[in-house]
Amino acid sequence: MTKISSHQAEGGSSLPPAIVLSGISKTFGAVRANDDIALTVTSGHIHGIVGENGAGKSTLVSILYGFYKADHGRIEIDGQTADIRNTADAIALGIGMVHQHFMLVPTFTVLENIILGHEKRKGGKSLDDEMALARQELTALAQQYGLDVDLDAVVNTLSVGLQQRVEILKTLYRGARLLILDEPTGVLTPQETDQLFDILDALRAQGVTVLLITHKLREIMAITDDVSVMRGGKIVAHLVTKDTSPESLAELMVGRKVLINVDFHDAEKGDICLKVDNLTLTAANGAPLLRGISFDLRAGEILGVAGVSGNGQSELLNVLSGITALSGGQITIGGQAITKDSPMPPHAIKTLGVAHVPEDRHAMGMILPFTAAETAVLGYEDQPSLCSGFWFGPDQLEEHCAGLMTAFDIRPASPGLKSNLFSGGNQQKLVLAREMTAAPKILLVGQPTRGVDIGAIEFIYKQLIAMRDQGCAILLVSVELDEILTLSDRVMVMNNGSSMGLVDKAEADPKSIGLMMAGVV
Amino acid sequence: MSINLPRWMDIGLLPLLNILAAFVVSGIIIAMIGENPFTALTVMIKGAFVYKGALGYTLFYTTNFIFTGLAVAVAFHAMLFNIGGEGQAMMGGLGMGLLFLALDPILPPLLLVVLAIPVAAIFGAVWGAIPGYLQAKRGSHIVITTIMFNFIASSIMVWLLAGMLMQEGQMAPETRNFADGIGLPKIYELANGLGIPMAKSPLNLSFLLALLAAFGVWVLIWRTRLGYVIRATGHSEKAAIYAGHSPQKIIVITMAISGALAGMMALNEILGVQGRLILEFTSGFGFTGIAVALMGRNHPVGIIAASLLFGALYQGGAELDFEFKTITREMVLMIQGLIILFSGALVYMFNPMVERLYHRLLSKKAMVS
Amino acid sequence: MDALWLQFVLTIDATLRVATPLILCAMAGIFSERSGIIDISLEGKMLMSAFTAATVAALTGQPWLALAAAIVVAVFLSLIHGFACITHRGNQVVSGLAINILASGLTVTLGIAIFAQGGQTPYLSRDSRFQPIDLPFAETIRDLPVFGVIYAEVLSGHNLLVWIALLSVILTAIVVMRTRFGLRLRAVGEKPEAVDSAGISVTVMRYQAVIIAGVLCGIAGAYLSIAHGAGFVREMTAGKGYIALAAMIFGNWRPLQALYACLMFGFLDAVAARIQGVDLPLVGEISTDLILALPYVLTVIFLAGFIGRATPPAAIGTPYVKER
Repeated sequence: MTKISSHQAEGGSSLPPAIVLSGISKTFGAVRANDDIALTVTSGHIHGIVGENGAGKSTLVSILYGFYKADHGRIEIDGQTADIRNTADAIALGIGMVHQHFMLVPTFTVLENIILGHEKRKGGKSLDDEMALARQELTALAQQYGLDVDLDAVVNTLSVGLQQRVEILKTLYRGARLLILDEPTGVLTPQETDQLFDILDALRAQGVTVLLITHKLREIMAITDDVSVMRGGKIVAHLVTKDTSPESLAELMVGRKVLINVDFHDAEKGDICLKVDNLTLTAANGAPLLRGISFDLRAGEILGVAGVSGNGQSELLNVLSGITALSGGQITIGGQAITKDSPMPPHAIKTLGVAHVPEDRHAMGMILPFTAAETAVLGYEDQPSLCSGFWFGPDQLEEHCAGLMTAFDIRPASPGLKSNLFSGGNQQKLVLAREMTAAPKILLVGQPTRGVDIGAIEFIYKQLIAMRDQGCAILLVSVELDEILTLSDRVMVMNNGSSMGLVDKAEADPKSIGLMMAGVV
Repeated sequence: MSINLPRWMDIGLLPLLNILAAFVVSGIIIAMIGENPFTALTVMIKGAFVYKGALGYTLFYTTNFIFTGLAVAVAFHAMLFNIGGEGQAMMGGLGMGLLFLALDPILPPLLLVVLAIPVAAIFGAVWGAIPGYLQAKRGSHIVITTIMFNFIASSIMVWLLAGMLMQEGQMAPETRNFADGIGLPKIYELANGLGIPMAKSPLNLSFLLALLAAFGVWVLIWRTRLGYVIRATGHSEKAAIYAGHSPQKIIVITMAISGALAGMMALNEILGVQGRLILEFTSGFGFTGIAVALMGRNHPVGIIAASLLFGALYQGGAELDFEFKTITREMVLMIQGLIILFSGALVYMFNPMVERLYHRLLSKKAMVS
Repeated sequence: MDALWLQFVLTIDATLRVATPLILCAMAGIFSERSGIIDISLEGKMLMSAFTAATVAALTGQPWLALAAAIVVAVFLSLIHGFACITHRGNQVVSGLAINILASGLTVTLGIAIFAQGGQTPYLSRDSRFQPIDLPFAETIRDLPVFGVIYAEVLSGHNLLVWIALLSVILTAIVVMRTRFGLRLRAVGEKPEAVDSAGISVTVMRYQAVIIAGVLCGIAGAYLSIAHGAGFVREMTAGKGYIALAAMIFGNWRPLQALYACLMFGFLDAVAARIQGVDLPLVGEISTDLILALPYVLTVIFLAGFIGRATPPAAIGTPYVKER
């Protein structure tokens, strides 16, 4: 699995850079997705762009591909200033993109998908004629780059890896000399990833420039020539890959300069509240999402689940909270066993004393068009304290919410305000308040400080520690390594659906955890 | 909802612009066929509100629209598009008819009338719940199934009313008249009884029932747990599942409530006017309910207002038909269609323009001060 | 036995006549819905074009001119639908309903204004309509066993628009399944993002689709009033637009299958009329009304997944917005 391919690219020095970006900025509403970006990509190189979710990578490449127009800045392709107003312009300039979510028509064959939009390229007399001519070229292309795929297969019968090959073949058919790959390996198995790397090698050998967007450090090290690190909409570093290391990259990617002071002292750990035995989860298409995870969680401890996002943490939370049914293994909560044959839905799991602060507060944890008071009871509507008889009115809800707002310093303290008008930090505090005041025995928390300002972060940390001190068992999932190290009694690192091991706080340091996160053991 | 405009513009000015557009286009067409649109408008208003008994008739039609509008609105809160109001109303009427035909020799009329209310609701509820179930469990698109169910209901009605339920010896597809006393008291009779002079009209107690239903819907949607869960499911199925609810259950329950409301429309028509079961008593009220719900922004207050507008249109249209040789009730259909087009499908058409004007006005004010 | 055979052949003959507007509207629906736009307004477009064709035929006596006018009107209504659904991303079901209600009202209103006959057009003379086309030797062959009657009744004697309807199925099948345009059309309805990222305008494709739908509905409407009938009568479409919708769904949005569905539904209609009061062996008397409900019942059963699987275009009904 740890295949290091030879990645010394020739050429590049005599040709103009494939891409030069200067001063690229793009703002969406209040969010600065790209902030004065300067980037040079050498022709014929594989250039990586790393960064966490929300760093601005996708926006940048969307600008290159003509989906958006930058607010400011200049783009040069192969030494010429380029005006990319739409996707057709980008394609005409030889830019091709393989998106994170494939742009394939599921019910079409591979061949139909590839020629879609370019059905006159070969000048065939009819569609059938065109497809025959295209077939010839595609067979040659496939051989040249090792992109073997059945042209007549219907796309939705193909594995994800093969679908990706179709996407690559599509860009090459349209004459791409610059290939952008947006998070290509998120959905691939290790073997498929290796096959992809072979293809990228072959492309590079033919002088194709590749822009690889990813947050997986192993890939950067394995295949790229250069790497740029993005954080918070800016490019924070530009390095030659062989001169750097996964640890340095991890540090650059996740580094948060501000130290948060929390009062963390060792506590007596109680009994086992939650026991997970060989938990497996398989997706509908057969891909393994969780591979035999085992751990236990005790009362009065915080178990931090570290790992770069996309390695199974979200799935773990969904299974433990009952939203997704497990495929194998067993979860035991307070003596109650949950298996594939005896699953438990979220409502039932809640009665066992489990509360869940979901990773995606917008899609799951809140209902944005609802008022704060209404969001504050999501999942807890049955509480007798909230309703007199069947009347479930705003008065009781607002009173309840006002209490939460005071306890958690949520601003503005207006229960009647629509949830989407609160800042990210206050939204998160509201969700936390709701789950925490239910006095759960087990608290599942995902990305508690994503999109949250510094003041709220400190408050949230204090609350989590207070709950732990009171005997609650907390499972904390976070992609922010600092957060994990600050708050956890023990750390479990996840990579590719498996647990890489459990480490006590004393032995947990950024370097060793970082390596485990990167899958380098 | 536009975030750039003040709220009064959102719920007041813009909907008004939409209706105005519909009326302007209608006016142009009226002018094209050689009549004076302003005269027509005056006639309509007089016919709806001014003439003796006009208001009564207008409110009578308003009652129908309130029921069907509420039905569509309740479903909309769960993000379900219930086009089946016609069929559900028909079934409600059928239920009532069966009740009366079977029991009116035996039971007193008052009891039967009281029983008719839940019976109409239940029959309508079932006719709504079936498509709901198909959507929840089998993924059948509710828009198509409810349209089909309208036609199926119509066929069943024809089959029964021209067949086994038909009055002996008659040719028209309708049942015999129900026993004496089976009907809802007319409002004008009650008013006259209290010494208040009021002209004759079919406006009956079901109008008050409709207002009660509107209040009931408001309570349900915004003051009960079920309403909360319905709204939550409508906004985000994911959040609903996270909170431990079953979207499938909610879909079926919501469609049942929706169908029940539509079913109750039959009370107004059958117990208010017909006194027997006939075909076509729903005559388009179910479809118009969709327009009413959209215009009323799915809120009972808005629905009552929109129902009043459509009721006035309907009654005013009758007056148009009466006074103009060249205009018939179909003119009302035309205006209705245009209102639905502008207020439903083209509902945000005026937003960009109004926003631009508003901001320009704001900046002018800022410059001056 | 002979009489029964003749009855059967005549029923088939009637089936074709009844099915013609269904076929044209079903093809129209296929174009529109394959591109991702729900079209409930087949009924309204057909009604409006029926009126237009009859009016123009009554005023000018020229059936071809009337047909052209009907097509123009239907395309105009399609553009309104497109404007609401594509450009303004409005609710497609509501837009379709609005057009249907508008058509119901407008046809009678204009009809009274122009002809003052309670909403219908005057009876159209033979020359202002499309006449049945008698195939050569129809009468001479009639007496030949089996084939003769079929040739004389089922094939001969239909007017041009019936043949155009059948032709439209072949054309729709070819265009949608075997041309470049058709490939893009189907892609737009399944995954508009794929088309967009290939550099093609989703908006333009959808407008093209609804315009084609308008043309076909226009022909259907004209057929009703100036080929099959002899003038416009209020509400003359009588729900045929909805049956066509059902047929399109039952045919799983495929032209040939939709044709079979239309023929089947048309057959049910033709049989229903004939079977009234007739005692069939075993089952006795079947109610006409229940037979007429069969198309709708079958479509619901199909949608519920009990007979086969409905596979509507994946992106249907959702206005296309670039992901942010």
